[in-house]
Amino acid sequence: MTAVAPDIAWDPSQPILEIEHLSISFFTRLREIPAVMDFSCTVMAGEAMGLVGESGCGKSTVALGVMRELGKNGRIVSGSIKFKGRDLARMSDEELRHIRGSEIAMIYQEPMASLNPAMKVGAQLAEVPMLHSGMSKDAAWKLAREIVADVRLPDPDRIINAYPHQLSGGQQQRIVIAMALMAKPALLILDEPTTALDVTVEAGIVDLVKELGQKYGTSMLFISHNLGLVMDVCDRICVMYSGEAVETGNVVEVFDEMRHPYTQALFRSIPLPGADKNARPLISIPGNFPLPHERPPGCNFGPRCDYFQKGRCDASDVPMYPVPDSDRHETRCLRWSEIDWTAPPAKREVKQKAEIGKVVLKMEDLRKYYSVSGGAFGGGAKKVVKANETLSFEAREGETLAIVGESGCGKSTFAKVLMGLETATSGSIMLFDENVQSTPIQKRNTDTVSQVQMVFQNPFDTLNPSMTVGRQIIRALEIFKYGKSDAERHDRMLELLDLVKLPRAFAERMPRQLSGGQKQRVGIARAFAGGAKVVVADEPVSALDVSVQAAVTDLLMDIQRENRTTLLFISHDLSIVRYLSDRVMVMYLGHVVEMGTTDQVFAPPYHPYTEALLSAVPIADTKIIRKRIVLEGDIPSAMNPPPGCPFQTRCRWKSQVPGNLCETEVPPVQVLEGGHQVKCHLSRDVLAQMEPVIKVAAE
Amino acid sequence: MGLFVLRRLGVMLLTAIALTFVVFYLTNLQPNLEKLARTEGSVRMTEEAVQDWIAQNGHSGSVFLRYGQWLGVVPGWTYTDEKGQMRGRCFAIGQDAAAAPDYCGLLQGNWGFSTFFKTPVMASLGDKLAATGWLMLAVMLVMVPTSLILGVLSGMREGSATDRTLSTFSIASTATPEYVSGVVLVALFATAATGISPILAEYGLIEPKKTLFLASATSAMDDITFWNFTLPVMTIALYGIGYIARMTRASMTEVMTQQYIRTARLKGVPFRTVVMRHALRNALIAPFTVIMLQFPWLLNGVVIVESLFNYKGFGWTLVQAASNNDIPLLLACSVVAVVVVLLTQLISDIGYVFLNPRIRLA
Ligand SMILES: Nc1ncnc2c1ncn2[C@@H]1O[C@H](COP(=O)(O)OP(=O)(O)OP(=O)(O)O)[C@@H](O)[C@H]1O
Ligand code: SF4
Ligand code: SF4
Ligand SMILES: [Mg+2]
Repeated sequence: MTAVAPDIAWDPSQPILEIEHLSISFFTRLREIPAVMDFSCTVMAGEAMGLVGESGCGKSTVALGVMRELGKNGRIVSGSIKFKGRDLARMSDEELRHIRGSEIAMIYQEPMASLNPAMKVGAQLAEVPMLHSGMSKDAAWKLAREIVADVRLPDPDRIINAYPHQLSGGQQQRIVIAMALMAKPALLILDEPTTALDVTVEAGIVDLVKELGQKYGTSMLFISHNLGLVMDVCDRICVMYSGEAVETGNVVEVFDEMRHPYTQALFRSIPLPGADKNARPLISIPGNFPLPHERPPGCNFGPRCDYFQKGRCDASDVPMYPVPDSDRHETRCLRWSEIDWTAPPAKREVKQKAEIGKVVLKMEDLRKYYSVSGGAFGGGAKKVVKANETLSFEAREGETLAIVGESGCGKSTFAKVLMGLETATSGSIMLFDENVQSTPIQKRNTDTVSQVQMVFQNPFDTLNPSMTVGRQIIRALEIFKYGKSDAERHDRMLELLDLVKLPRAFAERMPRQLSGGQKQRVGIARAFAGGAKVVVADEPVSALDVSVQAAVTDLLMDIQRENRTTLLFISHDLSIVRYLSDRVMVMYLGHVVEMGTTDQVFAPPYHPYTEALLSAVPIADTKIIRKRIVLEGDIPSAMNPPPGCPFQTRCRWKSQVPGNLCETEVPPVQVLEGGHQVKCHLSRDVLAQMEPVIKVAAE
Repeated sequence: MGLFVLRRLGVMLLTAIALTFVVFYLTNLQPNLEKLARTEGSVRMTEEAVQDWIAQNGHSGSVFLRYGQWLGVVPGWTYTDEKGQMRGRCFAIGQDAAAAPDYCGLLQGNWGFSTFFKTPVMASLGDKLAATGWLMLAVMLVMVPTSLILGVLSGMREGSATDRTLSTFSIASTATPEYVSGVVLVALFATAATGISPILAEYGLIEPKKTLFLASATSAMDDITFWNFTLPVMTIALYGIGYIARMTRASMTEVMTQQYIRTARLKGVPFRTVVMRHALRNALIAPFTVIMLQFPWLLNGVVIVESLFNYKGFGWTLVQAASNNDIPLLLACSVVAVVVVLLTQLISDIGYVFLNPRIRLA
């Protein structure tokens, strides 16, 4: 065995990780794909470095490059990765193996996939110290138990003897974190560790990571596409664009005084508090991200940059320029010192607020129960899952009603019932005064079907991969019996492409030739093909990148304004909900716990769940002060909901309710001022005393 | 778990009844019965006499009733001829009909009388099954470990030289049917004139025998030796090895690309441990089912190999029964086959549950 160089050689005031001019390529049969180019960044001991950028910009490749885990076709082409002064890129496999897991640990996106399904959690944890410090099995299991308690999992004894599938997503991610911490590594790499989790669960994990980082003095490389999250966790940030670092520096400095046009554009495209769909709409970044092998000459961001200057920006590769008088702030922009960074964006157009008309859709006491059988082998008693519990609301013409809630709260079931894909168990759905509650979609007349349409979450699954875009839209028109002749339908199809701002030439393209945002536009075009009056958008932008999100959201809003469509916008992302909706409905375990106008819901008095939800959403604005309320535990299973108030297992206000009302009785709906509804036992006095969760700091 | 097994057993029973009924129906078709009448009675019987014989020997009437009798849930037939002589299913000619039991079918342990061996089916089938049992055991002992090792070795580093060599071997071995590989093996190892035996004999390595292995397995009925048993075992095993190794390889390569394997590598687990501790169990879930499903298929290979090597086991008996229109024996063979198939199904389902904690009952 090769001797491992002793740690003493490393001076803790030196960087723990120093990446210099790193280039990584993937070699495919067709060509070399340069995924990362000339990337440099430095992480000091105890520091947390955030790595942000759009999908495909090379964040994960950098992380895996540090781990030297690039698969068969990936290779470090040039540059060095120094960990504690030693170059990882030139280390032998055996040396590398001693560093992996003990000095550098990695956590990635999907917790379920990163745990071995056939091994007990405890065994997977205990393996690490047994391997790296030759600990005995008993001692290792004891340590595993301690660390499991450290990551604040309830009942550690049960958990270490469980298999991964017996834990919830949040618990699994905590186990993955525990596994990374078993050997007390000096560097922790987290690749989108919370993307698969709900916001309230995410908030808990983020707090845990921060706290453990401080406790053990671990340095972190935190990868995320969520700027708010990076602000919460990190000290420093590195913004990546198309394989390069374009700006790096202290988080506050980069957020408040960004010196790169891409960073600026990114911030302008995310819905921060204060953005408004009419007065201050989001600005999307025009154009598309270049593929790694199709990068433009000169500055990679050139074709999409507002400050682009011909002859300069496209002349030669742009190096990193240090920003003077700053905390190691650097930018990859030639013109950074010429640009007026305080000027307001030029092309922000103020839009007219849509008028809200008569009631289009009305639901009363809607219930949807599913009955499922118990055991895995089909035995056991039948159970009832109450997916939706007495839903009542109405939606008006031209209105955007947002439905928010975490996974399993019944959002999608509700959408299915409305669409007629499922029939309600009881209650009524009135659509233009016609009761469609128990009419499944096959029996609805085409008129009703074309009036209610849906935009789905995942633009990748909903298009037929073997049919051109134009053909798919024409199919929808045929189904809705639109137009008399093929020519007429063809014209309408082209109009629809105009409507969703896609070039008409796209009619001939196949879905695989489109980007995610473009596919989602086709989905929207299809939904509006029959002149839909009500459109249900189920997380329409959550699979898209921030810069594209803005464009797709604005598109939806524009079409709505024009057609006076009622939009039911289902989402878990409160920032975007605040930005675009008129009214908000908050759901938890099948119950509507709060409903009101956007202003009512986003300001106190809150329902205790809404309060926690709001406080959990990371906001990428240094001037916002957020009260942290971290919910304990996970969302209970819909199969086995708690008695009384659905939220009682995690509610921090419960003690304010006299007696054990919360545990025994389902709270009534209280109607506060302005028709604001809250389903809670708290008295009006207590509700009135609630403080806002989000405050703008005094300048 | 108990309930699950019970339910599966119930379903199995129904399947067994349905399948045996189909076999019963097919073996008792009119042409078969006519042929039987001619072999049992006289070849020159008239058309009428044949029909009489069929009626007098309990082969007429509803097929359901006859199936019931065979199963032992319907009273056995009786027939009194013009001389007052009683004949029946449950007693031999001349025996006292009154003393005989009413029911005598499978359930009562009466499997019928083999028309070809001229012995009760039970007796003739018993030792044949034992012989085949030994053969199968040997095949499994060779086939399962070999194929799993081959599959894991080639699957753990997809595309490597080892993988390509082993894959070529397994594809070749599955693509060769037993009647081809059997003949090739015999030519290579078990003929005094060709293959490697003459060379070995020349150096005096295989004295006093003339061939490395024996081309007939008849002597293995009494005494199994390396010499007389290797070739039949290898012939059956070769085909299965290729097949199971392919399955194991596919499942292993898939497991090796899973994220939890990457997790293990990034924990610093050495490659060998990654394979043994993290990949193996997950990779064996799929091939396990395949191995269990090989059992019924083995019966099939057994038919060919036993005939080829003249080993008087179950497969050989089946061939004899079929070619001699021995209906009771054929029926008994099919019952055995059906039971083996269903039992292995059950074991494979239960084993799958044990290997895969995700579907184990909490
Ligand atoms: N094994 C591979 N073979 C070929 N190309 C690859 C491979 N892995 C990644 N790439 C390419 O490298 C580029 C960078 O990918 P990477 O996964 O690092 O992006 P990312 O920033 O992590 O994106 P995301 O936010 O979606 O996780 C992409 O263009 C991708 O298509
Ligand atoms: S170098 Fe030019 S194109 Fe690139 S970001 Fe700066 S101004 Fe824009
Ligand atoms: S009813 Fe009780 S438990 Fe439920 S939200 Fe209100 S205070 Fe909390
Ligand atoms: Mg990634």
